[in-house]
Amino acid sequence: MSTSKDRPWLVRTYSGHSSARTSNELYRSNLAKGQTGLSVAFDLPTQTGYDPDHPLARGEVGKVGVPISHLDDMDVLFDQLPLDQMNTSMTINAVAPWMLALYIALAERRGIDPATLQGTTQNDIVKEYLSRGTHIFPPGPSLRLIVDTITYSVPNVPKWNPTNICSYHLQEAGATPVQELAYALSTAIMVLDAVRDSGQIPEADFPKVVSRLSFFVNAGIRFIEECCKMRAFTQMWDEITLERYGVKDAKQRRFRYGVQVNSLGLTESQPENNVQRIVLEMLAVVLSKDARARAVQLPAWNEALGLPRPWDQQWSLRIQQVMAFETDLLEYGDILTGSPVIEAKVQELMEGANAEIQRVAEQGGVLAGIESGYMKQVLVKSHAERLRAIETGELTIVGVNKFKETAESPLTQSGDGGIMKVDPAVEQQHIKAIQAHRANRDQDKVAIALNTLRDVAKSNDNIMPASIACAHAGVTTGEWAQTLRDVFGEYRAPTGIDISSSIGGDPERVAALRERVTATGSSLGRPIKLLVAKPGLDGHSNGAEQIAVKARELGMEVVYEGIRLTPQQIVAAAQEEGVHLVGLSVLSGSHTAMAEMVIDGLRAIDLGALPVTMGGIIPDDEHVALKQRGIAAIYTPKDSDLNIIMAEMIDLARVANQLDALGPL
Amino acid sequence: MQTAVSDLQALAAKLRLADRQAVAEALNLIDDQRPAARAKALELLAALEAERLANDGHLIGITGPPGAGKSSLLSTLIDYWCAKGLKVAVLAVDPSSPKTGGALLGDRLRMTGAGQHKNLFIRSLASRQQLGGLAAEVWPMSRILLAGYDIVLIETVGVGQSEVDVASMVDTTAYVVQPASGDSIQFIKSGIMEVPDIMVVNKADLGAPAIKAANDLHQVMRRSTQGSDWKIPVCTLSARDRQGIDALVNALEAHRAHLVSMQLLTAGRTAQQGAWAIRQLQEEFGNSGVARLGGAAAIARELDNQHDLGELLASYNARAEHLRASTKAWPT
Ligand code: B12
Ligand SMILES: Nc1nc2c(ncn2[C@@H]2O[C@H](COP(=O)(O)OP(=O)(O)OP(=O)(O)O)[C@@H](O)[C@H]2O)c(=O)[nH]1
Ligand SMILES: [Mg+2]
Repeated sequence: MSTSKDRPWLVRTYSGHSSARTSNELYRSNLAKGQTGLSVAFDLPTQTGYDPDHPLARGEVGKVGVPISHLDDMDVLFDQLPLDQMNTSMTINAVAPWMLALYIALAERRGIDPATLQGTTQNDIVKEYLSRGTHIFPPGPSLRLIVDTITYSVPNVPKWNPTNICSYHLQEAGATPVQELAYALSTAIMVLDAVRDSGQIPEADFPKVVSRLSFFVNAGIRFIEECCKMRAFTQMWDEITLERYGVKDAKQRRFRYGVQVNSLGLTESQPENNVQRIVLEMLAVVLSKDARARAVQLPAWNEALGLPRPWDQQWSLRIQQVMAFETDLLEYGDILTGSPVIEAKVQELMEGANAEIQRVAEQGGVLAGIESGYMKQVLVKSHAERLRAIETGELTIVGVNKFKETAESPLTQSGDGGIMKVDPAVEQQHIKAIQAHRANRDQDKVAIALNTLRDVAKSNDNIMPASIACAHAGVTTGEWAQTLRDVFGEYRAPTGIDISSSIGGDPERVAALRERVTATGSSLGRPIKLLVAKPGLDGHSNGAEQIAVKARELGMEVVYEGIRLTPQQIVAAAQEEGVHLVGLSVLSGSHTAMAEMVIDGLRAIDLGALPVTMGGIIPDDEHVALKQRGIAAIYTPKDSDLNIIMAEMIDLARVANQLDALGPL
Repeated sequence: MQTAVSDLQALAAKLRLADRQAVAEALNLIDDQRPAARAKALELLAALEAERLANDGHLIGITGPPGAGKSSLLSTLIDYWCAKGLKVAVLAVDPSSPKTGGALLGDRLRMTGAGQHKNLFIRSLASRQQLGGLAAEVWPMSRILLAGYDIVLIETVGVGQSEVDVASMVDTTAYVVQPASGDSIQFIKSGIMEVPDIMVVNKADLGAPAIKAANDLHQVMRRSTQGSDWKIPVCTLSARDRQGIDALVNALEAHRAHLVSMQLLTAGRTAQQGAWAIRQLQEEFGNSGVARLGGAAAIARELDNQHDLGELLASYNARAEHLRASTKAWPT
């Protein structure tokens, strides 16, 4: 038993929406409730480097996070918040150097020494290609930007975590604990190797770089295994930093990590059950002192319904506070040391992870594994396996495939449907504001700053100083990103769907559906052809991928082009490909705008009769309006049985082609 | 969608103008296996402008191993030609799962111009039941596109029979290899040297491995094309960085010019349609049916003289009718 009580982890809530002003108010009220760190959620246009008035931003501005377009926005976001005393985590990736530049420039504007800034830019591009989907540039230039932020901040902003290697998002895309370990550690090795090889850091300072690398990890409901995973991470990182990078100081070898617990397993059905899940998942990452999280943020009970309201976030905040302050957790040393069961599990995970790390290395490393599609295929396959196990009942999800009978939940009966909705009018306000901003600045200064940025991007110089100069000159997020787009190009990541093996499922129902697909194909004259499409900036690809995999498995011909298509591209694809059916997937809240643009586009070229279905996070009270607008069927997370979805889709294709519906499976 | 084609002549006229709606409708019709649709499809093909199909446009096959960068290369070529005001159509063929028959058609992902150029039309299709080979629909679809587009590109994964199949459907075949993957060595060993007219080493941005692959191929090509009129060029390029594309475009144009000068372009297309007709007969009536018509070689000799697609289809139809009539209890 240790004598002194351990300090609690940083208590955070991932939040931000509508505008810098609204988000600032939310942050201040969260801090007043005892939150100890900030975690900024940016909206998708900001994350993908577009200003609010860019055509691709339509329907997405201020929806799932705060739009930050320039230094004044940043100033408002941190109004009355003392930058030198805060710990700010920013979930920002492709444009991470830019957000860090804005933060540093804001400190400079306020007369604060940037060396005092504390916080994190997520800045891990690998998991963007594999799961999160806000990448912009190809792998090579992306890695260079990460290296630049590291080599700039270690000497200049020494308390900053310039990159936060993420396994969190891999689990959210289906990864097993072994895959999480392997891919996150492979990524960390890739980044450190690149920093070392860049020659920008003197050898003597390299251990400092190692010590600034932090991690962002997931914790699922199998909480004992997850607890072991954290211990495996800690041990493996200690070995890697010692053996590969020769870091002598044990403190600098510590596996420092933050956590958001699993959200993929949080359900729309019986949503109150999510609270138990969240508590247990959190236990995994705080239980053992030797592998305890440094910072924790929790999702809310209504995760699968939509965005949380302040009260929902407060509930999750209080879970952390009860754990930290009411229980005796922090009074003990590591309570798992010496347990043979735990040791054996940790050993097993480490062996599996080392084998997969080896496999990736043999194929040419992480970037090669991204480009060949190998790593993404592994994840899509793992996720398909998860859904198969849910379908067959091998994996129990309470309220979903077992214990389904329920009383009506009072939680969802409030007038707002139990979620927060962003006022669609904010988009227009931001469009006006950004145009006013552009009109009211020194254009020469902007042009000079952007020219310098372009030259630096083309050279081998560090991108940060030029970016900070851009921030001071009033450059916008869209301008910064477009300049780099022009130099680096853009990248579309492999979809990982081309898995050759069969995914299986409930054999009887799969066989029945295959028969329906074949029979319908003969009646139509050719196999059912389905276009699965992701309109807008939304990067949630899981649903689209699994629908595509399932449809292919049943014998359909599936066209799928990955994330971030414009409605125009989708309409053109529907026509050129001669599909029988279009399936849109939108989880980021822009479903109404996207549905309207696709439906109108199809009508304009005489394809109004083509059935269009839509899936994703679509609040119940919006279904009627969407159907009136022309959406044939809507699916949400509670439609967890893909077989039923497929049976209905087959019937939609049949009815649209004057064939009788075959009815429920 | 229903193919409510009241007037095939009118549809053919729209195809000539590369009218997007008409093209989509015609491709759907060609794909439709129902007997009524198949008859209509033949009529539509016969209604296309024979002269144009025999002499105009450029039919290009792009093949090579999975992941070599075929779609990325197409993307670059598409942008190049569309910028020049040319009309470009693509047929991208992906393998069907032999077990389920399903397919994932994903080539559009890499073609960044997809859905962006008004003069670009991309249709993906599955290889269907053909064992490793190309779906029978590819050839007639390429005619539909050739009727209105300046350049028709066919992408196929170079596995099994499909690379040989595609070479027998196009004017010019480019074979793309991936450096450092052993592709070039594989290629040389596999002895499918008759397939390509142009060799492409993609991913030149990788540096040394690309240079080595190109050198290996240069040597083999020089040896294998000794004495022949067309010397197979090896183009080293990077689809990603859009470097080295001009040389490939020049090689493609040079090959077409070579065919024209040797009077092989039209002859080649005539041979392609004859081969298609025989394959159709084989598929519908089996080898025994074809034997009853005197055998494939004899049919080919006769069809080789029919340059006009309409005439060819007429003689094909006559043969098919004959066999149908002579086959009792033909399953419907
Ligand atoms: C997994 C997940 C992620 C993963 C995504 C990984 C990936 N590659 O897909 C990660 C961690 C990367 C992620 C990131 C973000 N996420 Co998220 N995420 C989720 C989560 C937990 C599950 C979604 C999921 O994959 N479910 C599994 C799949 C199989 O289910 P599904 O997509 O719902 O599909 C089912 C049906 O909807 C339907 N369906 C879906 N599509 C289609 C298409 C067709 C054709 C058909 C027929 C059916 C169909 O069928 C499926 C079968 O059941 C949800 C909350 C939840 N529990 O639902 C939040 C959620 C969707 N995320 C959310 C947000 C805000 C984000 C971020 C934008 C946060 C930010 N500000 O940065 C980021 C950025 C992502 C981006 N680039 O767009 C919000 C969206 C809020 C809203 N709509 O108002 C949610 C609802 C969480 C919340 N409550 O705040 N996320
Ligand atoms: N470095 C590099 N990568 C490239 C180049 N061209 C394509 N790639 C990458 O190679 C991978 C495969 O590219 P595709 O264009 O899909 O290859 P493909 O031959 O069409 O693949 P399949 O259709 O699946 O057989 C992708 O990750 C591309 O980004 C290139 O010139 N250089
Ligand atoms: Mg391809």
